[in-house]
Parts: sequence; structure tokens; C-alpha cells
Amino acid sequence: MYRYDSYDQSIVDARVEEFRDQVQRRLAGHLTEDQFKPLRLMNGLYLQLHAYMLRIAIPYGTLSARQMRKLGEVARKYDRGYGHFTTRTNIQFNWIKLADAPDILAELATVEMHAIQTSGNCIRNISSDQYAGVAADEVTDPRPWAELLRQWSTFHPEFTYLPRKFKICVIATAEDRSAMRLHDIGLKLVKRGDEIGAEVYAGGGMGRTPMVGPQIRDFVPEDEVIPYLEACLRVYNRYGRRDNKFKARIKILVHELGVEEYKRQVEEEFAQMKVLGLNPPREELDRIRPFFANPAYEQGLSDEIDRGDPAFALWVDRQVATHRQPGYAIVNISLKPVGGIPGDASADQIDLIADLAEHYSLDELRVTHAQNLVLPHVKKADLYAIWQKLDEAGLAEANLDLIGDIIACPGLDYCSLANARSIPLAQKLSERFASPDRQKDLGELKLKISGCINACGHHHAGHIGILGVDRKGVENFQLLLGGSGAEDASLGQITGPGFSEDGVVDAIEKVTDIYLAERAQGERFLDTYRRIGMKPFKEAIYG
Amino acid sequence: MVEFLSFRDGEASQEPSVTVESFTGQSNSTAVRIEAGEDARELLPYLDRLSLVEVNFPAYTDGRGYSAARILREAGYAGELRAVGDVLVDQIVPMRRCGFDSFHPDKPLDDAAVERALHRYADVYQKTVDGRRPVWAKRHPEIVNG
Repeated sequence: MYRYDSYDQSIVDARVEEFRDQVQRRLAGHLTEDQFKPLRLMNGLYLQLHAYMLRIAIPYGTLSARQMRKLGEVARKYDRGYGHFTTRTNIQFNWIKLADAPDILAELATVEMHAIQTSGNCIRNISSDQYAGVAADEVTDPRPWAELLRQWSTFHPEFTYLPRKFKICVIATAEDRSAMRLHDIGLKLVKRGDEIGAEVYAGGGMGRTPMVGPQIRDFVPEDEVIPYLEACLRVYNRYGRRDNKFKARIKILVHELGVEEYKRQVEEEFAQMKVLGLNPPREELDRIRPFFANPAYEQGLSDEIDRGDPAFALWVDRQVATHRQPGYAIVNISLKPVGGIPGDASADQIDLIADLAEHYSLDELRVTHAQNLVLPHVKKADLYAIWQKLDEAGLAEANLDLIGDIIACPGLDYCSLANARSIPLAQKLSERFASPDRQKDLGELKLKISGCINACGHHHAGHIGILGVDRKGVENFQLLLGGSGAEDASLGQITGPGFSEDGVVDAIEKVTDIYLAERAQGERFLDTYRRIGMKPFKEAIYG
Repeated sequence: MVEFLSFRDGEASQEPSVTVESFTGQSNSTAVRIEAGEDARELLPYLDRLSLVEVNFPAYTDGRGYSAARILREAGYAGELRAVGDVLVDQIVPMRRCGFDSFHPDKPLDDAAVERALHRYADVYQKTVDGRRPVWAKRHPEIVNG
């Protein structure tokens, strides 16, 4: 894992003191809420329906045990004993007192964490692949690039007041576990000859106008990636729409200009910028790389797993993924218990997972955009012990990528933007489909719920998506089918008129019945939908 | 409270600025004002005779002026570059980093707050046009000169 040097630490420490000063001015009445709002938003502090919410950055979703423990401490000391992992691989605390926020940030800074740029119209937390460094088919480890971009984007002076927020993702495998093409900019690291560089995608995103980002460059070499990104952002900063918040994301600019014209403008800007010496020397990426070098794996370990306990075997089949080192495995920890709140973890669970990471996963864990956690380096021989501990803590659900593995935004229970409650619906759905056999039979089925058009719950990218809207003061749920955030990215289509909360649960059951009746050998729900189209589903729902 | 802030040696320009359109149309003015949304590159043929460029910020959240400033500096403009309009204390540092060297905000700034802001961050991560050595250059002094 990356460790701060004295430069990184001093920048984060200075931010804590700056924010402490701003909060004191607010509490003393020297700043009005209107004046304070932009300042707190630059630091991830939102005023929600019931309290302040603090969003803490988890850069590219990577945490050490020590950092995870600190999050547990914050949950216990300053919140109501739990935290919420988000689709941006960050964590949110929903019951924060303003006066405590500077102390929380000071405590986070002691474990090299911060809340910088977790909100505001700036470059947000860089996201990456939760299997980075352990995926067998990786071209290179994307995390050093993500760290380079984290530093470059931190307090970038030109891009702090963009038309709208800006999300960047870096991956390095053909399989896309991070919804890369639904980011404002997606980088896919590729090899050309001996050289590593990036394929660049721009103008993807969800929200009210979802778009799958088109490719704008097939290769940017390592030592030109910063000026190239600056060119992309400069064109956006100058020409992105500022007249309408809902048309201000880069996807609208790329769409309105057309991909070719946007590309042309970026190339023109890039030609000017690449000679300015903006890119750190290669030695900087070389300095960062060893922090992410392979940990000291034990050699000659057995790949045998004793599958004697059937519940354990079920969990292994679902939650454990292939590691590139013999004798090791990747463990996915589900934060989606039946009837639970997707992405929530209690302080005790956070502590337990920190302990597991320390004892069994070479001190590392990851957060996924599907609101689950990952232990990336687990010896196969330890799997049973880990499973037992997870099971005791209510964390041994075996539903990765199944219908019970629901993504849901906080919704109207917390969020001031929401039109509908996502959480109670997620709970009802997970109870309706609670049976492990039924879930297994339905196979991979990504169900994603957003409580408003902003799409934090990624409903456009769900095999089945749900969008909560407000219809004359009553919560109403639209149903979408056929989305995907993976390498076969696509946007879901609305089935038709919306439903009540119970109505949408029934409708989804009908949808799954059609799938079971129509599927061909080996087809996932998404494959069947793509083959037979919307019509049979629509007939079953509305007929 | 401070109504005008300059980081330049010598007197600030007193010349009234004209619009980009009238500047590029007539040739005797040496001061121009760029509104948000106007293209700073239109001024590039005239940089030698300019002594003042004002960049207007209609709202502090409108960040187009940062790009305008940096474009001018990248093209070698060495005259006064003044941020005017809705300029708040928290924007002084990023504006300095993009090449602004004087400030005439709509509302006066608190001197002490400006002082604190200017000295808050000893280090920066990016190379821009203000000559500050980014952290990566300090980390590799043997490779990155200057």
C-alpha cells in the first residue's frame, strides 16, 4: 500500500487546520451557512435531512487494517455505531456533529486518510479495480497510476470550480469490475510493444442523461498522461455548460459537440500542453510502484480446500475468486445480509474485518463499487477459519453478483436530494429472494436501486434497475432492464409505467419468472434479455 | 480590509480596460477585460502590447477564468493579470497558481485571512505557471531542474 511521505502528510495536515479554522468561524457566527456551504462541501461535509454527513475518501478503494480500525473508531465515537460504504468506494457517516468534524479529520490524518474532494465540482476520488494487483489477467497494476492521479488532482488549481463534479477511473484488465465507461473519464491501461499507456474514454456517466463513454484515444504514453488529462479537463472547464446544473457534466459536452469535435479540441489543447513539462518524471511512478509490489507470499502452499462443511462450500463457490498466486485466494465479504441495508457495516463488523485483514490478508482490504469488501490475499488454508468468523458476525452471506447483492443509495431515509426510499425497498427485495437455492438458480443478476435521478445507486447499469421518483407526493418506482456496468456496458431501458414499493417487488418476480422460462443453456439474465428483448417481460408485467 | 491586492513590483495599471471585442477591433488600448466564456486565445496575437488583462468572475463557482489565466501565462504573457468580480479569500491561492498577480474583488477581503491562506500550504502537487516546484520535483531533485 502507498504510504505518505512528509510532503503528503503536511498537505493533509494543513487541510485539517484550514477546515478547523473554517468550522470555528462558522460556529462563532462569522460565516453564514451560505458562506460556509461551499467550504464544507469541498471537504465532504453535507447537510442532510437529519444531520451532517461526512464522506471520507478511500482512494482507489484500498485500506489497511489500521485505517479500517480508525473508521470503526469514528463510527463508534462520532456516529451511531455504523458506517455506509458507497458506490464510489468511499465511506459515509450519517450522524455527524459539525463541531466534531475537524477532530474526525485530524484523527483520519493520523492514518493517512482525508475527505478532500469527496464533494464539490472538482475531481473526485479516483476509482479502480478491487482486484488490482491480484487479478490474473492484469496488464499492469493500476494502483500506482491511481495514486499518481490522486496527487495530481488534489487541490488542482485550474480544475477546482468545474461546471460539475468529475470522476476518473483506472483499470488494467479486459474484464471491467469498476464501471469504467460510466465515469467522466475512464482509463484502461494497455500495452503497446513494451510500453504501457492508457486507452482513454470520456463522457460516460449516469444521472438523468446516462451515457456509455466513447473512446477518445487508443493510447496515451505513460509520460504524457497528465498533460493529456489536463487537456481533456481544460476543454471541459472552458466549454462545459454552466447554465443548467443538469446538463453540466462532461457527457453532455461530448454529446453536444460530438465525439470527433471534442477529440479534436482536446488534441489541439494537448499539443500546447505536452511541451510544458507538466508530467512528473518516470521516476515518480517508479517511486510509487514499490508500495504496491507483491507482498511476501508464502511459496509452495496447497491449493486444496476442505469442502466438508456444505455451508462453507457454498460460500467458497460464491465469494472466493481466483488469485494469481498459487495457494492464495481473493475473498469477497458481502455487506448484503438478507433484510439488511446494502453497504452498511457496524463498528464491530468494521473492527472484525480489520482484524481479518491484518491476520489473514497481509494487512490489506478493498472496497468495491457494489458496496462490498474484499480481502485480497488470503491463504486457501485459512478460508475456513475466516468463514467461521464472518459467519459469527453476520457477514458470511453467499450472494456475490446474485439478486440479493443489491446496490442501493441511501435514499430518502438520509439524502436531501432523494425522491424515494431505496433502503426499505432493497430490504423487501432481499427478503423476497432470500432463498439461497432460488438466488443460485437465478444466477448472476445485478439489481441496482437509486432513490432519485442522480443515480448514485447505478440503476442504469443494473441488469435490473429501479429508479425511485416522486409522483404527486407519492413514491413511485420505475423499472429498467438490460443495463450493465461491466466490459459489455449498456444502459437499462424503462419497462413502462412505474409501481408502488410492493408493486415493483412483484414485477421483478415476474421478470425473473420470464427469465427462468426463456433462458437458454448457460445464459445469464442479461444474455436472455438481450436475446429476446423487452416484449416478453413487458407482457408479463403489464399484461 | 483590503480592496486591492497586488503581487507585482511597482504600480498597478490604472488604465481602464476595454472589452475583448473593442480591443481586437481597435489598436491603441493596452488593457482588456475578459468575461467568462470569452476565449483568452483571441488575445494571443497582441500579448506584447498588453499591460493589463482583467478576468471577470461573475460568481466564484464559475471556474472558466482559471483556464483563461493559465492559457495567457502559458503563452508567455508577462503583464498584469487581474482577477475581478466574485473573488473570495479561498480562491486567492488557486488563482495565484494559475497566474493571477493582482486582485480586485467585489467585496473587500480580510487581510489576516488572506495572509493565513497564502501561507497555509507549503507544498503543491502540480506544475502550473507560478514557478512553484511541485512535490514530485522536490522528490527527484537530481532529475528535475529548476
